[in-house]
Amino acid sequence: MSNIEVNGKSYETDEEGYLVNLADWNTDVANYIAKTENVDMTDQHWEVINFLREYFEEYQIAPAVRVLTKAIGKKLGADKGNSEYLYGLFPYGPGKQACKIAGLPKPTGCV
Amino acid sequence: MADITAPAYRIIPIIPALKPGAMEGKGPFVASDKINEAIGFPGQLVEDWHDRAIAKMGELLGKYRSLKVFMDACVHCGACSDKCHYFIGTQDPKNMPVARQDLMRSVYRRYFTLPGKVFPKLVGARDLTREVLDEWHNYFHQCSECRRCSVFCPYGIDTAEVTMAAREILDTVGYGQKYSNEIIGKVHKIGNNLGLPGPALKDTLEGLEEDVKEATGIDVRFPIDVKGAEVLLITPSADFFAEPHIDSLIGYAKVFHATGTSWTLSSMSSEAGNFGMFIGNYEQLRKIALRIRQAALELGVKRIVVGECGHAWRVAYSFWNTLSGVGEGADPNDQFAQMLQKQLDHRYRQPSHICEFTWDMIEQGALSFDREANDKHIITFHDSCNVARGSSMGGYPGGQFDIPRNIIKAVANNFVEMAPNTTREQTFCCGGGGGLLTDDLLDLRVKGALPRMEVLQQVADEHGVNFMATICAICKAQFTKVMPIYGFDRKMVGGVHQLVSNAIKLGDK
Repeated sequence: MSNIEVNGKSYETDEEGYLVNLADWNTDVANYIAKTENVDMTDQHWEVINFLREYFEEYQIAPAVRVLTKAIGKKLGADKGNSEYLYGLFPYGPGKQACKIAGLPKPTGCV
Repeated sequence: MADITAPAYRIIPIIPALKPGAMEGKGPFVASDKINEAIGFPGQLVEDWHDRAIAKMGELLGKYRSLKVFMDACVHCGACSDKCHYFIGTQDPKNMPVARQDLMRSVYRRYFTLPGKVFPKLVGARDLTREVLDEWHNYFHQCSECRRCSVFCPYGIDTAEVTMAAREILDTVGYGQKYSNEIIGKVHKIGNNLGLPGPALKDTLEGLEEDVKEATGIDVRFPIDVKGAEVLLITPSADFFAEPHIDSLIGYAKVFHATGTSWTLSSMSSEAGNFGMFIGNYEQLRKIALRIRQAALELGVKRIVVGECGHAWRVAYSFWNTLSGVGEGADPNDQFAQMLQKQLDHRYRQPSHICEFTWDMIEQGALSFDREANDKHIITFHDSCNVARGSSMGGYPGGQFDIPRNIIKAVANNFVEMAPNTTREQTFCCGGGGGLLTDDLLDLRVKGALPRMEVLQQVADEHGVNFMATICAICKAQFTKVMPIYGFDRKMVGGVHQLVSNAIKLGDK
């Protein structure tokens, strides 16, 4: 376990930098984690992050990559509803990197 | 992690120059108290770890005669030394299978053989010190239990079993690995490795029905928890979640649709994978397998079919019978196993692999394909280790090699084999199997993929291969991650049923 310091407040993370307590998340924390991941947050990034959080709230898990691409396609246009677009935003992989910035647990298993 | 790079291809693929200590380190993340205690292991390294570890080793040596033979039989001939993908990729001499096994064998000699007790130095026997235990945690998580080295061992020593024993001992003293143990906890609690709850699973499946309808105009169903269905499909949860896995799930659904087979998934038992095997723990292995039996009994199915998951098929093919009563050989006093035996339809192989199911249907003429739909692909096939060396298909030796290839050739026009010393029973691991598919081992995973990438490059250069099919969720996830580091497109890897899905004719719209 380790901690990150954002605006003078300390937040607990796991070994890989995922927030331990999901309730700790806020936009400042998200921006901080994004910086450690070398991701420059834009409105497009936030669209994805916000969708992930809404989906998680309802289902207690991040959406499947296909569910995510479909939702983004519906919201932002069919040209953006594909995994290339998401990899462009989150180069380490939309599943894991976007979840980390969104303060969600890391998807585990053979993914 | 940005500094992880692919090792250079070898000009002549022979035994590499040694780099002693190249992969020394702490190994993967250690499981936390919370993760360990949730599955009944000590939370952290116990104070009397030395005595408990030796006692566990003694117990395993007594219980598994094979382990004792493997400890005694090795003559250090070296036939295995250059057969391991992790040794080839890392050049660390401790990753020669013989040397990795000797990390345990040296301790075995010290505590369980007379010469080792009396003259330890003369016979290379070592005390189990904290340094040795740390070395175990590090190097026994640099073996993917793929068993390629065992193919070349003149004594037939199964290195994977040694790794499993080492990991079992580590878990006994509270020093297991985070990745595998966290996943096992999720299966017990939620029903799958991902921790995907029923409602999310149902939402995903409904979305797939919409997608297939949109793409084909046909109502292909993805049923879940349907009592009285003929087939229960048990597939890795990655098939519900990840790319390219989900395309194979669509393929299975289309095969069931086109053959008019009633089938169902189970929300309670939504995982084929069984990481109990990776950590060598029989109780975990059994507990995970029993969820499948419970689902089969509750749903009243006649057949159990397993999706594209390598180690799941090994567990299903080799162990489900005695673990759970799927297949023959269950304990006559195990009431539920016997109940399941009576319920299943024994005109079919129990369990069946999805490739066996699809190939049977192709042979019966129940499926037809538009093979040109796959013409954009020049395809090769990567045999997954647990299917290749731990199972069979079709009821004859080698069926596990032929049947997936037969399907590919039935649904596509362009198929090319990779070098023969890297396929079928000599296949190389993808580099991420056996519980190592975790980000904290990415450097190892990239290095371990080297031998497969070398021969893929060969067929890409010589034949223009642009698609590597495989039937394992770990292989798919591993290649998607590491292939871009070697300069390949991540979409070059996919499932056999993804190709089926592209070409299958679904009938009138």
